[in-house]
Amino acid sequence: MLALASGLLFGIGLVVAGMTVPSNVIGFLDVTGHWNPNLGAVMAGAIGVHAILLRIGQRRDARSPALSAPPPRRLEPALVGGAAAFGVGWALTGYCPGPSIVSLGFGSPAAGLFGVAMLLGIAFAQALTASHSASVSVECGSPAP
Amino acid sequence: MLSALLGGVLIGLAASLFWFANHRTAGISGLVRDALHAGPGQLVSIAFLAGLVIAGLVAGFTGHASLELAKLPLARLAVGGVLVGFGTTISNGCTSGHGVCGISRGSVRSIVGTATFVAAGIVTVFVFGHVLKGTLQ
Repeated sequence: MLALASGLLFGIGLVVAGMTVPSNVIGFLDVTGHWNPNLGAVMAGAIGVHAILLRIGQRRDARSPALSAPPPRRLEPALVGGAAAFGVGWALTGYCPGPSIVSLGFGSPAAGLFGVAMLLGIAFAQALTASHSASVSVECGSPAP
Repeated sequence: MLSALLGGVLIGLAASLFWFANHRTAGISGLVRDALHAGPGQLVSIAFLAGLVIAGLVAGFTGHASLELAKLPLARLAVGGVLVGFGTTISNGCTSGHGVCGISRGSVRSIVGTATFVAAGIVTVFVFGHVLKGTLQ
């Protein structure tokens, strides 16, 4: 199954990149201390390859979803507020969702605790947004239209 | 630095494979949400996340597992985890969804989201690591 292979390759990439080591992430954010530029190199490599392959694939495969999808949306406060909350949690732990799932495979109890806390945060956010069902965008993980 | 770039290239290849094979964005926070709810994307999301866990297992068996997370205070892990889950759900994206996939597509929302969470992260590390000395690292 190609989805499994994609996840496996993605996870190996995270480990090779050192993104499952929290001090690499916290070090990147520590611009006034001992700045560690590695995360910048990870992002440059990932965005460079993905951006080029998306555009090549677009030209070759007419059935490929349009890159402009999803269409530009208004920059609602939820985007900025949510991203700010995520940034604080990311900096406190050095963990974002990808490395936390990979670390479950390490058998790390700390990753388990982080995962449970993350699920609580997701449930809380979904309960909060369920009341006013604002237009849900498709930036992350949703099927491409 | 070279391994960071190589890891990034692998992540970019994986995100591209997922996009062309499944027409999905490799945003991990979104995949976690989709994996929890019955729907058309549930199985694919679970398969991708299982691949991530298998990568962790392989890393563990080959001695590449980081146990650094275990050194963090439990309260910080818990608060950080809740904020990561809450924030990525509200803003609909994380480092992979907004940072890698969204920016690669040229999404303005993702550029704004990524700039915001990096800025919030820098301020947090500054406050906890330098102002409130010693609480980080």
